[in-house]
Amino acid sequence: MIAIEPLAATRNACKLCAPLGACLALRGVAGAVPFLHGSQGCATYIRRYLISHFREPVDIAVSGFSEATTVFGGGDNLRSGLNNLARQYHPELIGIATTCLPETIGEDVGHLLHDFHPEGDVPFRTVHVSTPSYRGTHVDGFHATVKALVEQLAQGGPVRGHINVFPGMVSPADLRYLKEVFADFGLEATLLPDYSETLDGPQLEEYQNIPAGGTPVESLRAMGRARVSLEMGRTMADAGTAAVSLESKFGVARRKLGWPVGVLESDRFFAALSELAGRPIPEKHAKERGRLVDSYVDAHKYVFGRRAVVFGEEDLVVGLTAFLAEIGVQPVLCASGGESGRLEEAVKAVAGDAVDGIVVKEGMDFATMGEMARGLAPDFLIGSSKGYSVARELDLPLIRVGFPIHDRIGGQRILHLGYRGAQQLFDAVTNTLIERAQERSPVGYSYQ
Amino acid sequence: MKILEERKPQVYRKGTEPLQLDCNKQSVAGSVSQRACVFCGSRVVLYPIADALHLVHGPLGCAAYTWDIRGALSSGPQLHRLSFSTDLREMDVIQGGEKKLAKALCQLIDLHHPKAAFVYSTCIVGVIGDDVEAVCRQVSALKGIPVLPVHSEGFKGTKRDGYRAACEALLQLVGTGSTEGISPVSVNILGDFNLAGEVWIIRDYFEKMGIEVVATITGDGRVDDIRRAHGAALNLVQCSGSMMHLAKQLQEKRGIPFKRVSYFGIEDMAQALYDTAGFFADKSPGIVGRTAALVSQELSTIMPQIAQYRRKLEGRKAAVYVGGAFKAFSLVRALRQLGMDTVMVGSQTGLREDYEELRELCDEGTIIVDDSNPLELSSFLQEKRVDLFIGGVKERPIAYKLGVGFCDHNHERKEPLAGFTGMLNFAREVYNTVASPVWRLTPRGAMRDRS
Repeated sequence: MIAIEPLAATRNACKLCAPLGACLALRGVAGAVPFLHGSQGCATYIRRYLISHFREPVDIAVSGFSEATTVFGGGDNLRSGLNNLARQYHPELIGIATTCLPETIGEDVGHLLHDFHPEGDVPFRTVHVSTPSYRGTHVDGFHATVKALVEQLAQGGPVRGHINVFPGMVSPADLRYLKEVFADFGLEATLLPDYSETLDGPQLEEYQNIPAGGTPVESLRAMGRARVSLEMGRTMADAGTAAVSLESKFGVARRKLGWPVGVLESDRFFAALSELAGRPIPEKHAKERGRLVDSYVDAHKYVFGRRAVVFGEEDLVVGLTAFLAEIGVQPVLCASGGESGRLEEAVKAVAGDAVDGIVVKEGMDFATMGEMARGLAPDFLIGSSKGYSVARELDLPLIRVGFPIHDRIGGQRILHLGYRGAQQLFDAVTNTLIERAQERSPVGYSYQ
Repeated sequence: MKILEERKPQVYRKGTEPLQLDCNKQSVAGSVSQRACVFCGSRVVLYPIADALHLVHGPLGCAAYTWDIRGALSSGPQLHRLSFSTDLREMDVIQGGEKKLAKALCQLIDLHHPKAAFVYSTCIVGVIGDDVEAVCRQVSALKGIPVLPVHSEGFKGTKRDGYRAACEALLQLVGTGSTEGISPVSVNILGDFNLAGEVWIIRDYFEKMGIEVVATITGDGRVDDIRRAHGAALNLVQCSGSMMHLAKQLQEKRGIPFKRVSYFGIEDMAQALYDTAGFFADKSPGIVGRTAALVSQELSTIMPQIAQYRRKLEGRKAAVYVGGAFKAFSLVRALRQLGMDTVMVGSQTGLREDYEELRELCDEGTIIVDDSNPLELSSFLQEKRVDLFIGGVKERPIAYKLGVGFCDHNHERKEPLAGFTGMLNFAREVYNTVASPVWRLTPRGAMRDRS
């Protein structure tokens, strides 16, 4: 059933609120602790949500609004909260993100911080970002935080040889992969954020107040002196981003790239790096590409003509569409809870021959998605674990990628990017389809 | 680890000193409290009512984070597992959300035909001044079902206040249904949320004893059952933090007595059944005998296996950190049944008398803590060389990161831990985590092996 009049309510949202994105981004800065200026529950819910995906401690402090705070303002709570946090965690940086409550009562956090002087002996920096949950999604909160970090910390000066990379909301495995690729090209890259270790760390003998890893604040400062910023994500805005800010403030050139998901988008990515580094694609990666395309050929008949529902964060949806289209899968519905206004154009730019058969929807929730999917006869769904209720209802396989993965382990280790990531995605898609056919076969072939 | 000055009064070590512990107060600003908010308290209590519409009025986050997060099972409708939000945007915040709320309610009621609707107010609803009560009244009149506002603005207190707001909403339902045909030997089960089907286990015990269960509030809950809950002869209250207000109100206004019970662990489970049997001894001849037979049969099934687990677990050390202190009592006793010592115990929302009781129950040297945080908890785990940590999702990574076994005794458990069967599941789960060979490969395990 497709609802005729759009419903006023959101049913099973395919998005989260902006402060979650802020906390995630702040976990990717070395020595940083996220601090929410708002109610206790916001921090707790977001911690729980992130912990269930990353399976790592995620400490998020909160000022903790009470009725009195709401009436008289949260200045005292903010100040004592920052001091208490500093005394316990000894952070190098505290990232303060606002929730809907202080934003609604009109609290001027920037002003409060301007007048704030830490009590303790150990100095720490503060960065502040406005992330009311009534504006945008978790992805918007993520990008706003990256921008705030850059705007409040980066400094200008003589240009150095390094490059800035704004990878977007990718997995820790993706971040590790990107770092490897840049190193293989001999490119010195500062990734912001970098939670590849902070949210995917080893067993410890002693609890770490702040997990090791993350973009060093020193590197963040030097971002104003880079020779270029790579901004990854076709749905990123052309205004108001971290890279745009560095460009206008310090003249750092900006280059926008799609998420390198699949061969074609990865080719564009590797070509850009090759040009920046002034050297050919390293043999290791050329070979990975070779094996990937070889596997596409080996398995093309299992996937050709199959139909997929693709959902999640907008840049991931665009990347997955590019990947599915190039292997002959027809994406029938490309949906996101985000509302950038740029999803359709971005999807169509990468969809190749599949373009005519795609419905693109922004601002979707899972209930509506399920209702639409029913009429589109898909063979599988690809997206986060929150699509499971739809998959179960339609009796379709769900290939889990992106964020969050709450019903399987290893969400933080899923690699989506590059030839290597495409290989994993391709094997997952193909084997899922083969397994489904095998399960439903009256013969039970033991070979394929 | 340095415990914040402001936090020191909330940590106590059992010794010769009498209990000195601060509790039931707002969390210290900037501490990473494991607590949630008023909204969370209301949401967890009402969530299991399966044939009601649960609409969260506010920006999207609060509904998204509470979508199907709890293993509160229903034997029928599954409406509670869907997440509905008015998803307020900037313009709604400026212009007010009443119209959107009314429209959302009407549409969802037409779509899902619920027996009642709960409307949860989130933080900013309290600030932008939406008249949620008025909207609820209008929609209720229009659609002919109860539409109940839940005053759960996140900042208006602690999780406890959220429990109270939920009880207030329930009190508007209780008393509106017919009590015809209800047996004089009847109970309501309050404060069991049917995680992993636990209320079904408990209900089965009572039915075997010849007791009618009128309403389960709220596990596997139904609106019509709650409406006639005032016809029961006795309220049994578990999770006293969340449901005591409802029980007390029903005693005051309807004259229904209540008993505090717990269904966790052999001792507490048996006690709950015997207490209930005792209450009905006059009205139901033979009930005490039937109860003894039931308990003895259940025990004979599980005890041999429990004894096997005990042999493997004897002398191991446990830490417990849970939402309500009442559950902690049962856990300390259940762990003792398995031969384990509880060396640290705490809760998010315990009261003074709860902690007094914990002090009585625990051994010398046990750390008792109120409203703790990851840094304190991790330091206690290390100091006390704990083998097992019992808590919820937020506690799990603290244990695992330090190479300590973990048992989820919170919303997400998939195995029932209540009842006699639940005790066996609990023992098995504790054993499965404590005895796993993986710890040997961790730095802490290697250190332990060396020493």
